[in-house]
Amino acid sequence: MKVESKIMLGLGCFFGLIAAVYWFWGRDSTGSIMIVGGMLLGFLPGGYYYWWSRRIATRPEDDPTATQAQGAGVVGAFPATSIWPFTLAMGAFFTVLALVFGIWFLVPGLALVIWAAFGGVAESRRGGGV
Amino acid sequence: MTDVLERPLTPEHSPQEEHGPSGLLKWLTTTDHKIIGLSYTVTSVIMMVIGGALAEMIRFQLTTPNGTLVSLAQYNELFTMHGSVMIYLFAGPFAFGALANILVPIQIGAPDMAFPRLNALSYWLYLMGSITMLSGFFTAGGAANFGWVAYAPLSNSTYTPGAGADLWIGGLLLTGFSAIFTGVNLVATIFYLRAPGMTMFRMPIFTWNMLVTAILILLAFPVLTAGLIMLYADRHFGTHIFSVAGGGVPVLWQHIFWFWGHPEVYILALPFFGMVTEILAVFSRKPVFGYKGMVFATLSIGALSLGVWAHHMFTTGVVLLPFFSIMSLLIAVPTGIKIFNWIGTIWRGQIWFSTAMLMAIGFVITFLIGGLTGVYLASPPLDFFTHDTYFVVAHFHSVVMALVLGGMGALYYWGPKITGYLLNETIGKIQFWFLFIGIQVFTIPMYMLGLDGMPRRMAVYPHDPQWQTLNDISTAGAVLIGLSTVLFVINIVVSWKKYPAGDNPWDGQTLEWFTTSPPPHHNFYRLPQIRSERPTWDYNHPDHRALAHGVPETPRESEQVPS
Amino acid sequence: MESPALSPQGVTARQRRWRRIRRVAALPLAALALSGCTVPSFGASAGVTRSSRSVFHLWQGFSILAVIIGGLVVALILWSVVRYRRRGDSIPKQSQYHIPLELTYTIVPFLIIFGLFAATMVVENKELANPTTKVTVDVNAFQWGWRFTYPGHNAMVIGQTTQDPEMVIPVNTNVHINLTSSDVVHGFYVHAFNFSRYALPGVLNQFTFRAVQTGTFDGQCTQLCGLYHSLMFFRVKVVTPTQYQTWLASFTTSSASSAASAAQKALQSQSATNVPTRITTSRGAN
Ligand code: HEM
Ligand SMILES: [Cu+2]
Ligand SMILES: [Cu+2]
Repeated sequence: MKVESKIMLGLGCFFGLIAAVYWFWGRDSTGSIMIVGGMLLGFLPGGYYYWWSRRIATRPEDDPTATQAQGAGVVGAFPATSIWPFTLAMGAFFTVLALVFGIWFLVPGLALVIWAAFGGVAESRRGGGV
Repeated sequence: MTDVLERPLTPEHSPQEEHGPSGLLKWLTTTDHKIIGLSYTVTSVIMMVIGGALAEMIRFQLTTPNGTLVSLAQYNELFTMHGSVMIYLFAGPFAFGALANILVPIQIGAPDMAFPRLNALSYWLYLMGSITMLSGFFTAGGAANFGWVAYAPLSNSTYTPGAGADLWIGGLLLTGFSAIFTGVNLVATIFYLRAPGMTMFRMPIFTWNMLVTAILILLAFPVLTAGLIMLYADRHFGTHIFSVAGGGVPVLWQHIFWFWGHPEVYILALPFFGMVTEILAVFSRKPVFGYKGMVFATLSIGALSLGVWAHHMFTTGVVLLPFFSIMSLLIAVPTGIKIFNWIGTIWRGQIWFSTAMLMAIGFVITFLIGGLTGVYLASPPLDFFTHDTYFVVAHFHSVVMALVLGGMGALYYWGPKITGYLLNETIGKIQFWFLFIGIQVFTIPMYMLGLDGMPRRMAVYPHDPQWQTLNDISTAGAVLIGLSTVLFVINIVVSWKKYPAGDNPWDGQTLEWFTTSPPPHHNFYRLPQIRSERPTWDYNHPDHRALAHGVPETPRESEQVPS
Repeated sequence: MESPALSPQGVTARQRRWRRIRRVAALPLAALALSGCTVPSFGASAGVTRSSRSVFHLWQGFSILAVIIGGLVVALILWSVVRYRRRGDSIPKQSQYHIPLELTYTIVPFLIIFGLFAATMVVENKELANPTTKVTVDVNAFQWGWRFTYPGHNAMVIGQTTQDPEMVIPVNTNVHINLTSSDVVHGFYVHAFNFSRYALPGVLNQFTFRAVQTGTFDGQCTQLCGLYHSLMFFRVKVVTPTQYQTWLASFTTSSASSAASAAQKALQSQSATNVPTRITTSRGAN
């Protein structure tokens, strides 16, 4: 977890640096704000990983001498099949069509999105997956 | 000796797995990263063929100064949709949807992507987004026609009314979300699902490049999505964010677009760098030269790519030229490191000229041309003089056609892993020569045309008939490229289930070559000990570990155990 | 050892490295020597303004470097491809790192980049300098044509698509351009000037150039601006200062200026109905 956090924090620092250089050199707020956004996207997950890496023991994947046996056990729950991604995407599709062809496309669009949201959550409750 | 343990990964299976649905329903409901990846592969290759067909029409229109194949209006649709299809629907999804989806989990010893259902959602959003964007051709006003960059205010509803433009925006919104979800998924998979011993600095270069790509996606795509929403609002809700009339700033769109657009260039390119790196190493039977340097080069390209966007806007006269010039020039350094590392990788190797290897070497040479001409464009005075001419078209086609070479190489190299069957090598080599020669014949005249002052996006050039010869040569190159694609399709038909691949046909080095072809559900029955970035090679050639400076890299404690 | 240039390790590494450094140092020298003779144009042309010439020289400098570096890389690739093709099943030496070599090809490109940047800045500052000028032309781009007006004078030229409006300017004089757009983004590009600049709505873009040669040069819109983008031509006519004065004077008669404004009105009504002609009617409006 340490390397991961260092990568994100490193990117965040670099973006912070160029945001500062760019702002003091060019005074362009559009660009500076966008780079600051990049900086935050480095710092937020990086900080989280750093915080977390100090609280857990070295994971087998971070241990250069780990054996495969150390990884034994449950990796996670992986759903085998699910119809909800497709349903949700169709909902999004109709919603986008509403942007083009008229507001009434929102009816099937939002209906499918809501249905998929409920269906997907229920599936996870039953142990269907992430 | 490294010992192999029975597969210790025991993901909890859902009960319906063994007797799950089949046929169409299986395709609609699958969450297996390999099947999703395969769907991505097929869809994105179809998009390449569609984009290629549009490109051939562009090229044939230009064979005479007053081409009449299409009208002026249709020509604008052609290059807009050609660029959009190739960038948004082919190159990106092929890289991070198709190959990364299939390979990243296997290369790091994971059973699947971290969020399989989100992964499926990505694919369906991508498919529906592609359909949305392409359906513009079937609307009364035709497809979007404001260029793939949709500069405001040309893209607002005054100058470009009609459904085609809105479908373009809608399609991009859907594929944009698809990309963001894939980015999230890749980062989570790489950070949380690596096999024991697979430390970050043992990940294959392809996976490293995908990690940086995924981070760039997360940095860049939200900006595009925001921009598209503003553009839509300008078009339909009467806002004036990008139009002078209501106090807006047209250049703001260019800032937003390119703040996404330049990282996007690397989102497209980095995955292909990764693929080529692996191919070069395997077919030279050597480790990647300068592995760590390669990783840092990738990271610095990713970092720098966020600070160079306005090199696309040098001629606006309203950007900070020296800043963007030096930042852009700096990218040449890590890119150069990569090229020299590639040479170091094949240097003193035992080079096996399979189709994949030919494609990879062709990639390096073609990309070199695109990279060197890119350095010119980072210099504002030289950009003023070539901007929006065919020089730029030639420059980025050297780059993107190099990506096509790399992608084809990847299909020849990894295709057998995922289908279980090899493609015919003879047809493959013929395809390579058509493609490689075609690319140079296609791009070199365009460089010359650009230097002679031919602007891009010209349906006709009535004042300058002297440009015809070079245009004709370029079209001939495009025909060769088209024929190479036909050969690829023929090859798939001819070799259909003919040449069984076996688990490790190329003496591969990374984990995907340790499992079966195609890999089982959840990828592995067993895993080797992971002690370097080449676990499969170490397992197969225990006496030929990588050397750092003439000595084995690190003493490997577990190997001291006599077998 | 067949391949001295890139030997990854060994006792003689230091000698080889030194030889390599000498070779690298020789490259810029070779470039210099080359530039003493006639340097090839690498496809570009010197153009007809002062800055177009310095841009051209910058172009040549970049090209020499590109040819040297590109040639070196291609040569290395071709050498490996020929020399290291597979011979038998033996496994080559698994060398992976060579820190001095890697550092070399990190640091040398850095130095080259800073050289290129310095050269760029010199040319850029010259090109974008705003010296005092006596001649000013207001250039206005619109869908799909150009309007050239001369502040302080009655002269005005307007024309669209293949009518090719002509901007007349004196030779050997600094000419200041005020570039605007009345609708979408256009690109003001004159190939013989080796220069282009966007005409942005809501922005006044200014630049100066100095033509050093008389003649008529083609210009064209380079930024996609809609349907007739391919046909948005114009010309720049560089004349002697006396000819320029005569030309300007021809507008002072009220008849000429009213003719010009009549032409402008005709055009405006045309572009309002969006039916620009594709047939060449006249050169400009005067
Ligand atoms: C068969 C191969 C290809 C041919 C013959 C081809 C041809 C062309 C031509 C002639 C243009 C310029 C049109 C114009 O400015 O009037 C163009 C534009 C473009 N191409 Fe390609 N191309 C090919 C492949 C690709 C690929 C693989 C990509 C990206 C992955 C790509 C991306 C683009 C983009 C982004 C544009 C700019 C569109 C615009 O101006 O809005 N092309 N192509
Ligand atoms: Cu860029
Ligand atoms: Cu135009």
